[in-house]
Amino acid sequence: MDNKLRGRVQFVAALVQNADLRGFFTGRIDQGAQKAVCVPGLNCYSCPGALMSCPIGSLQAFLSARPVKVPYYVAGLLLFFGALLGRAVCGFLCPFGWIQELLHKIPFPRKKLGTFPGDRLLRRLKYLVLAGLVVLVPMLLTDWTPAFCKYLCPAGTLEGGVPLVLLHGERLHLEVGPLFFWKLFILVAVVLSGMAIYRPFCKYLCPLGALYAPFNRVALYRMRLSEDRCVACGKCARVCPMQVDPSKTPNSGECIRCGVCVGACPTKALRLGVREKQGQGIRDKGQGIRDKGQGIRD
Amino acid sequence: MKLQRLIPLALFLAAVGLLAAGLALGQPRDVLAKAARVCLECIGVG
Ligand code: SF4
Repeated sequence: MDNKLRGRVQFVAALVQNADLRGFFTGRIDQGAQKAVCVPGLNCYSCPGALMSCPIGSLQAFLSARPVKVPYYVAGLLLFFGALLGRAVCGFLCPFGWIQELLHKIPFPRKKLGTFPGDRLLRRLKYLVLAGLVVLVPMLLTDWTPAFCKYLCPAGTLEGGVPLVLLHGERLHLEVGPLFFWKLFILVAVVLSGMAIYRPFCKYLCPLGALYAPFNRVALYRMRLSEDRCVACGKCARVCPMQVDPSKTPNSGECIRCGVCVGACPTKALRLGVREKQGQGIRDKGQGIRDKGQGIRD
Repeated sequence: MKLQRLIPLALFLAAVGLLAAGLALGQPRDVLAKAARVCLECIGVG
């Protein structure tokens, strides 16, 4: 799939998930029964347009209940999305990922930042966010929950906080305090860094990215490398916006399945899809044969 | 069947099992209850 088509899919996905456009004018959030279903990506359920629920917010709601509720339903949905698509969810269906891609298209700064010292280490942070803010804090510290939403999530600020506070704050008696400014600060940091770095929130902080990353190796939709076609020209690694080298780690947890490398490969050695082609010397490194760690090139 | 095909199948079965358990416990109702009100913490005013 070419990148233009992917952009259209992302646009439609964002629109479908936030199709209750009246909500932006009335300041009322949708309460329909379909909101019992979680979307696969990061989309705040307090967005006035949101038709469905955020999986990370829902997960925290279960874990912060007393006694703690095992989130079978949300875990089942996430496992289903992960086993089907892996991080293609990030590349195709996540509205907040798409917004960051749009920001990166702004021609400022002229020179975009690829990888940098500490990049590899920073990418591990998202696993800590998942384990700490999404799972452990809600289970152990009730007052701090939902910790990820409350202290970090810029999607909640952008999609819920800004429209509700700015357009309907007075009528809804929403009192802005230090927490709102803290979250606004995070949002501004993500927006500004997003102009220089491709999807900084997805790379470094997103708990959903961390959750789906391990599925890249086993998901139905994954990348296959035909080794007898690969001429090791390195083009795929050079064009990858996530700094993955798909000729070495086609199923790296950092790959969002954007397909840019597939389009750039001069010998069509890379393929993204569900079905395996037979008899072409394809090595599906899904089982991690050479896919060590996160597979990021320094 | 190759292991690489079995793994997604096993994951899908596990997902169906978890979903069934969640539905039996009425968990979609809990998701809806949380999502139908503005989450003040999520928008930064809680
Ligand atoms: S490895 Fe290919 S599909 Fe994956 S993020 Fe990089 S360019 Fe996109």
